[in-house]
Amino acid sequence: MRATFVASEVGTGLRRNLTMTIAVIITVAVSLALFGASLLVRAQVSTMKDFWYDKVEVSIFLCSKGSDTPSCAGGAVTAAQRDQIKTDLESLRPLVQEIFYESKADAYARFKEQFKNSPIVSNVSEDALPESFRVKLSDPTKYDVVASAFAGRPGIEQVNDQRQILDKFFRLLGGLQLIALLIALVMLVVTVLLIVNTMRVAAFSRRRETSIMRLVGASNFYIQLPFLLEAALAAGLGAVLAIVGLVAMKSILIDQVLAPSFQFTAFVGWDAVLAIAPIMLVTGVLLAGLAAFFTLRKYLRV
Amino acid sequence: MVILFDHVTKVYASQQRPALDDVSLEVEKGEFVFLVGPSGSGKSTFLRLVLREERPTKGSVWVLGKDLSRLSNWKIPALRRQVGTVFQDFRLLPNKTVFENIAFALEVIGKPSGHIKKVVPEVLEVVGLEGKEGRRPDELSGGEQQRVAIARAFVNRPMLLIADEPTGNLDPGTSIGIMKLLDRINKLGTTVVMSTHDSQIVDQMRRRVIELDSGHVVRDQSRGVYGYAR
Ligand SMILES: Nc1ncnc2c1ncn2[C@@H]1O[C@H](COP(=O)(O)OP(=O)(O)OP(=O)(O)O)[C@@H](O)[C@H]1O
Ligand SMILES: [Mg+2]
Repeated sequence: MRATFVASEVGTGLRRNLTMTIAVIITVAVSLALFGASLLVRAQVSTMKDFWYDKVEVSIFLCSKGSDTPSCAGGAVTAAQRDQIKTDLESLRPLVQEIFYESKADAYARFKEQFKNSPIVSNVSEDALPESFRVKLSDPTKYDVVASAFAGRPGIEQVNDQRQILDKFFRLLGGLQLIALLIALVMLVVTVLLIVNTMRVAAFSRRRETSIMRLVGASNFYIQLPFLLEAALAAGLGAVLAIVGLVAMKSILIDQVLAPSFQFTAFVGWDAVLAIAPIMLVTGVLLAGLAAFFTLRKYLRV
Repeated sequence: MVILFDHVTKVYASQQRPALDDVSLEVEKGEFVFLVGPSGSGKSTFLRLVLREERPTKGSVWVLGKDLSRLSNWKIPALRRQVGTVFQDFRLLPNKTVFENIAFALEVIGKPSGHIKKVVPEVLEVVGLEGKEGRRPDELSGGEQQRVAIARAFVNRPMLLIADEPTGNLDPGTSIGIMKLLDRINKLGTTVVMSTHDSQIVDQMRRRVIELDSGHVVRDQSRGVYGYAR
């Protein structure tokens, strides 16, 4: 094997087919960038799940004066009802991990803090906010146990699981990720077709060389190697561009745009980018290599 | 024996009439064989079967002791390294120099550059092209281009040299030079099988002549002449 010879063949091949090579690099870059982005969204969803599931609580809202659910027919919750609920919650340990009681005054303070920049605060009085028990579960999926024990009980207006609201949001993100992944897959198919075609043109434009190679007894491997390396190199370049794009997504879109405006949630870290980049590179190079290999098997016969 | 055809019939997929019809013959080591016959008689088909560019429809072809029908695909390159080939149209790479054209044939079979630097000048001397290694094919005459092609075919000192009308594009004077070269290569120990329409050459050389007609061997003479006028 003559490395310098193969390298010079690859160089000539890439230059001779420059426009096609550029087309391959660009499609590989675009499709892999999309692929990488969809993986990044998935990592983001799982980061957020970790972050939020740790914080989610089941809220048991107690009846206020104006509540009109049937369980609040007896008016505002009484001290006895409140104590009974507390006792029953305690009996559900260890599923129930922590119990906080939030009075109307606490709720109002939190509300004011949350919406301090919004005019809505002046329109809401302390009385309009319900008092509640906030319960943290050791296993957030066992929400039903709490719901069935407390929902509809006199003095309780509503039992609310934050996890369900989050799950809706995560499903939405998951859907977006799936769409990105599907588009990425379609793009990857397009990329494969383009590579197949490029290899066909390359094999045709160098049929003189390859026919001489066959004549003098060059092995199939040796005949195909420059073509394979060209495809892999173009795909590798495309993958590198896609990875640069992914890094830009992380450092500009996420770190500089999204993270400062959405400080209440966590965003994916560089470890996710570091995990995704090699997947992109390997996918691109492998896909191009295989596409080229199977095309050449057909067009560069012994 | 170098070549053995055992009841070989070749029918091309698109064709009704066989290009070769039940051909059996042998070529021994060191022979110089002319393959003659009218256009379409099957000369090129015979040579392509030897190179295993085609496979016989019936019968078997043996080359350098190997049954080509039993030779697996990945062993074909090894066979072709022992068989030099020369064609009417030279098949040189136009953008490479004489030296590079010959070196290319060695590079693609993985020969080290030290070896290439040694054997290319040697073979250029055999074919009489010393001093022209830096020229490109379009800076050479037809005869010189064919010499380059022969040098490329011979640089590995093959057991067998196959030439399909090597003088077909050359004028008579140049053709004689090429024939002298092929004769010299034959004397260096390489078996030569060439097809030709050039009666003058065949008559002068007085070597074995195999005549084909419509795919049949109609004549096989050890010191023959072109002899259409039978
Ligand atoms: N690839 C092919 N496909 C179909 N038919 C072919 C093919 N090659 C040759 N033939 C047919 O086979 C027969 C023999 O052709 P071949 O090329 O062997 O003749 P030839 O003796 O070399 O002729 P020439 O002197 O003109 O070169 C011809 O009838 C030709 O049309
Ligand atoms: Mg012919």
